[in-house]
Formats: sequence, structure tokens, C-alpha cells
Amino acid sequence: MIPNCQIHGLKNLLQLTDIQKSFGAVRALKGVSFELRAGEVHALLGENGAGKSTLIKVMTGAHQPDGGTLLVGGKMVSHLTPSKARELGIACIYQQPALFPDLTVGENIGLRLKKSGAFSRVRWDGQRTRAVELLHRIGAEISPDVEVRSLSMPEQQLVEIACALGSGAEIVIMDEPTASLTQKEQHLLFKVVRDLRSSGVGVVYISHRLEEIFALADRVTVLRDGESVGTRQIDDLTEAQMIQLMVGREVSSIYPPAEGAPGEVVLALKNLGCAASGVAGVTLDVRAGEIVGMAGLVGAGRTELARILFGITPADSGEISLNGEKISIRSPRDAIARGIAYVPEDRRRHGVILEMPISHNMTMAIHPKFFPRAWLRHGAENLLAKDYSRDLEIKAYGPDAPGGSLSGGNQQKVSVARWLATKPKLLILDEPTQGVDVGAKSEIHKIIRSLAKDGLAVLLISSDLPEVLGMSDRVAVMRGGQLVEVIAQENADAQTVMSVALGTNGKDAA
Amino acid sequence: MNKYFREITVAGALMLLLLSLAIFAPHFFQAQPFISRLTSQMPALLAAIGIALVIISRQIDISIGSQFSLCAIIAGVTAASGLPLGAAIAAAVGAGALMGALNGVLIAYLGLPSIVVTLATLVTWQEALRLWQQGRLLSLPAGIQWFGVSQPTGQAIVISLTFAFLIGAAWAMKNLSAGRFIYATGTDAEAARLAGIDPKRTTFGVFVLMGALAGLAAVLNLVQSPQVQPNCGDGLELKTIAAAVVGGVAISGGRGTLWGVLLGMLLLANVNPALTHFHQPPYWEKAIQGLVILLAVVADGLRSRKSKI
Repeated sequence: MIPNCQIHGLKNLLQLTDIQKSFGAVRALKGVSFELRAGEVHALLGENGAGKSTLIKVMTGAHQPDGGTLLVGGKMVSHLTPSKARELGIACIYQQPALFPDLTVGENIGLRLKKSGAFSRVRWDGQRTRAVELLHRIGAEISPDVEVRSLSMPEQQLVEIACALGSGAEIVIMDEPTASLTQKEQHLLFKVVRDLRSSGVGVVYISHRLEEIFALADRVTVLRDGESVGTRQIDDLTEAQMIQLMVGREVSSIYPPAEGAPGEVVLALKNLGCAASGVAGVTLDVRAGEIVGMAGLVGAGRTELARILFGITPADSGEISLNGEKISIRSPRDAIARGIAYVPEDRRRHGVILEMPISHNMTMAIHPKFFPRAWLRHGAENLLAKDYSRDLEIKAYGPDAPGGSLSGGNQQKVSVARWLATKPKLLILDEPTQGVDVGAKSEIHKIIRSLAKDGLAVLLISSDLPEVLGMSDRVAVMRGGQLVEVIAQENADAQTVMSVALGTNGKDAA
Repeated sequence: MNKYFREITVAGALMLLLLSLAIFAPHFFQAQPFISRLTSQMPALLAAIGIALVIISRQIDISIGSQFSLCAIIAGVTAASGLPLGAAIAAAVGAGALMGALNGVLIAYLGLPSIVVTLATLVTWQEALRLWQQGRLLSLPAGIQWFGVSQPTGQAIVISLTFAFLIGAAWAMKNLSAGRFIYATGTDAEAARLAGIDPKRTTFGVFVLMGALAGLAAVLNLVQSPQVQPNCGDGLELKTIAAAVVGGVAISGGRGTLWGVLLGMLLLANVNPALTHFHQPPYWEKAIQGLVILLAVVADGLRSRKSKI
């Protein structure tokens, strides 16, 4: 079940060769190779969207690759499913443990032990004994009889690891396991990971925190734009080299240039925070005609900040001023009335109502102003839709076309049109080009730039680093819920922004 | 596929049914019984307008039968105490709106699931009514039946009032901001909120309207007989929900028209008289209605599966 120490360091537990995976037109993995040996911690590193999650999902059988080969324990596996992956000894531990909160620790571990049939009798005593053994093995001081609900997050992660071992896993994948842990809890986890390694388990370790990777990993594989750019021994790499590997690409597309100097300060934030969404002490100015890019890792608090500004999760500390006037925003309605517009991240759910005609979508946020007597003026609505469709070059057969019949890029334009119709002073765009094809992407870039030229203040949240660098007049970098640095465009290069986002001192090392 | 595919299909089925009746059982269309049958369906149709709005906003209300019964008794007691008809109508509509408001507060503002809330209010009003009336039949004073005018005039009032509401509601759903908000809330409440719509207020409003319509429906039912039964609303929720579903209102919210509801109601309501006129045993009624509902649900399922691909 658990490999013993004799084969330590020799056997290739997992070997992926030239793995490819596309979602529609988006090529998430363009030929990734990766191997995991018994008794090693192999870190997987890459920017947001580099393909890490997709690769994990291929390893756990959640996604079927379009091409490439997958060997588990030296044997070719042609069609990996999640249940087959579990049988083959592959276990994945996610940031949010996937346990049953109402069952006890022992029952949770018992459920994941070697399977018997659905109607065979449950041997509670044997399961409990086994659970105690497993918890002891990873050094967790957790009673098998408490409900999982009452455990802290790191304790739950330990239970997950015990479950993984109980299921006979030789390959343990850990996806950002320390994201919600305190320093002390991290050290406990590190110890468990090292113990796993010395007992011959192979660990795939994903983390954005470079210091962890240096502390734990034996080897590191860096992904960039869906390709593996290299596997190195950790001792051969410096932090600066690692970042270079992650971001090392040219800004390939041409971005529309800024024109004219920015005007008055439109939005001024002073020590803005919201405890519930983990954002604190944000101070930032955005001027008319200026595009401020928001860079940072997923979970750094950028979307959360946007949601505060739009009143979805209202601020509980600090100040927001708009055009010099101190304001309070308690709901999206407040925000809209003040001239703040938010094009949300999840276009298909929140940006456009797919069942509704695009004309209805475009007037959605302006009902009180556009239809002052509460009845709809269909003619005026159609005219507005035609105007925006022309201005933003939306490809649809007419104002009656349902949102769902449009391509992703055109849906995004409809979402933008809805907010332009509110005649905003500040436009917040959250990942406006995610999942949009290249042509539509550059059209959206042009639209954003021309809006800024017309005097709109723009806050552009994007995980696409070249986009942030190419579009922004200034780049604000967030990390851990705080705005850590605002970088002027001339100083903003990929290396600098990434170092700040990761919280390493890449500049000095380089 | 045509946006009004369901409405057209149901209209086609209804036409076929009526046409075959016209050919094989022309006495079905004799004026007096025909109008009486139609009149007797009007209260349920009025309640079905309300339930359609509730379902379009992605909620459900199974308490409307209790609301209907309680409103009927309140109207009856008010009239029996010697107050004028107008007061009885106001009392019923007001009581309905209040019961709807209670549902609305619990569902929209406390965020409780509508199926549970309205199940609770269904039982509560039913039991309150039982304790109050002990199942007694309530006789009405003379001036109440058919609004104190002749039967044909009274029937005309009931039918035209119901259709006035239907036309008004259908117009409003298409032409008022509120209608757009109901569709948007039913499709995705969070998306609606992000567009500055207040989905809680919308949902609350829909439940209040549902209650008021149940109250008015109770009055339109009350005037058709000299007495009121305290269980007169039993089964109304199933009848109206079935009409809405057959008429193409998606149980997952955000889709449906009131014209579809009208057609669904007429189709289901005509199963029984059609059986009678074709000299078939009437106990097939429920089975056939069930089959029609099943067909509608399966058609919805196939349609949403298709749209996902």
C-alpha cells in the first residue's frame, strides 16, 4: 500500500508527457510534461492562468487531456477518471477541505478507506482504530470522535491528509495548502509534508509563496501560458531566476497608447477596508482619463476591493471620495446613483442575462433614469441598443438577440454597454478580457482606452500581466488584501510587478 | 425555436379539443352552460396570474388555497355583518395582501425558502380558519350573490373583471419596469442586484400581489353561490401551478407569459367537460390532466437540456 523506503527516490510515480487540453478556442495546456518521483516534493509554479489548475485536474482525472500520455506507477493510463485516480493512489488536498462536516473525524477517514460495497456492513471499530493510526502517523493530535465541523481549517487539512494516506495514496497533490494557515500551523504542515516524503510518498506542491517552495521542494516545474518552461533542482535556482521563468515573455500584442494628461482626481480612497472581505487600509487616487491597473494574485483582494466600491460588500472602515465629495456606498444602487459602474468578472452569470435580449440587458441598470414614469419605452430602448451596438461594434443580429446567442467578446461588450449607459464617472472592469478571443480582446482594449480619453476614470482588474502593463497608466499591486505598491507606467515591468505581487524582493536579488 | 413555441402548442391543443367538441358534441357550446363553466374558472385564473408571477420570480407559493379560503370567509363575515359589498371586497383583498406580505417578508427579507414558508402559512391559515369557523357553512345575505344584480350581468362582471386583470398584468409584464425586474430577479437575483435592481423588494412585491389576487379571486368565487364553504380554496395551489407549468412558465424562474397561463388553464379546465360530452367516465379527468402536466415538464426538461449544449 505505502511504498517502503527502499524504492525511495528511484521510481517515477507519475509521468505526464506532452499533455494538451483546450476549452473551446482557449488552449489551456499546450504540451506540458511533468514527472513525480517517489519521495520527493515537486513544486508546480506559475502565474494565474498559466495552467496549474488544469494540470492538476488532468492528474486527478477531473479533465480528460486532448493529447499526450499519462503514466501512473510506470503504467500507461488512457482514460483517467476521478474514481480510477483514487484507486491508483492519487489524492488531492484542496485549499478548502472537502470533508463531511457533520460526520466525525473517524467516520470521514473511514469513508475514504479501501472501498467495500455500498450495502456492506460498516465495521466502525476497525475504522476507528485505523483512523487513530493514521492520525498518529502524521502527528496530528485530533480525536477521531469529534465532528469535523468543530475543527479549525488546518486541523481539517490534516484530516484530509490522513484520509489521503488511508486511501493508500502514493501521490499527494496539495493545492495552496497554506493559504489560510497561520505561521505556526504552516510549520506543522511542513513537518507532515517532510514526513510524507521520507516515507516514500510523492508530493506535488502548488503555492504562490516562493519562500515555502524554497523551504520544502526538491524540484520545481514552472508553467507559463500552458507550457512547461522547465524543471529544475531547487538548489540551482535563485528567487529572481524563478520569477524570470514565470513571467519571461515579451509583451506580444500592441496596446493603444495613452493620450493627454490625466485630469482631476475622480476617486480617492483613504484607508479603505472591509473586515468581512479581508481588505484593509487601501489608499488610492484615480484621475479622470486615467487607467489604473490592478495587479495581484488570485485572492489578493482585487475583486473584493471592487465589490466594496460598488456597495456589494460595503466598507466598514476608511473613506471613499468621488469628485472631492465624501460618500458612503451601501448598495449597488447607491454606487450607480453616484456614477460608479462595475463590469463584473463572471460575465455569463452576472454581466449579461443570457435569456434576455441585448436591448433589455443594456437598459438594465438605468431603469429609474431612462424610464422615469416606470413604463418602458421600447422604441427608445431599441435605439439605445442600436447606438451602443454600433459604437462598440457588437456583432448581433439586432437589439432582440438574446445575450446567450452572442460570442464571449460580444457579451462582454454588451456588459460594458450596460454600464456606459449609466453615464458613469468611474468604470471598474474586472477581468474584462478573460475567455475572450484575441481579436475581440484588442477591440475591448481600444474601447477602454477611448473611454479614458473621453474623461472616464478606469480601474482595470486583470490577471493578464501583459494586459495590465500594456493598458495601465499606473499599476496598483495588491497582496493579502492590501494595496502594497503603486507603480508608475515607466517603472512597471513584469518582473517588478510579479515580485511585488508575490511579496519577494526580486529587484534586489536580480 | 420560436420564443412562443409553448403558447402556440398549447393553443393548438386547445383548439383541437374545442374543434372536435364543436363537431362531435356541439351542445358543449350552448350559451348558458358554456358561460357558467367559464365563469366558474375565473377565480382560479385570477389566482393563476399571481402564481405565474411568483414562479417567474423563481419562488413558489403553496399557501394560496388557505389564503383564498380565509379571504372568502372574511368577506362573507363582513357582508353578513351588514356592511356593504365594497367593504367585503376591501376586507378580502386587504387580508390577502397582508398574508402575502407575511410570506414576502419571510422569503425576501429573511431569505427563507419559499416552499417551507408557504407550507407553514398554508397549515397556519387552514388551522386558524378551522378554529374560527369549525367547518361551518356561511350563508350570505341576499345582496351579495352576483353583486346583487341578475345572474347574466353578474357573470359578465366576473368574466370581464378577470380578463381586465389578465390583460393589465400581461401588459405590465411587458411594458413596466417592474415586469422586467421580475423576469431579471427570477433569472438570476444576484445578476439583478449587480445591475442596481432590488431583488428583495421585487420578490416581496410579488408575494403581496399574489395575496391580493387570492383575496379578489375569493370574492369572485363568493358571489357565484349563496353560501361560502371554509374549504373553498382546497387544491387551488395545484390547479394554478399546473396551469402555469402547462402554459410554459418555467419552474426554474425567469421565463413564461400570462397568455400561456390562460391557455394552460383553459386546456386543463376543459378536460372534464369534454369527457362528459364525449360520454366518457369522468374519473379519467385527473389522469389526463396529469399526463398533460407530465408532457409539459418533459418538454421543459428537453428544452433546457438542449440550450445547455
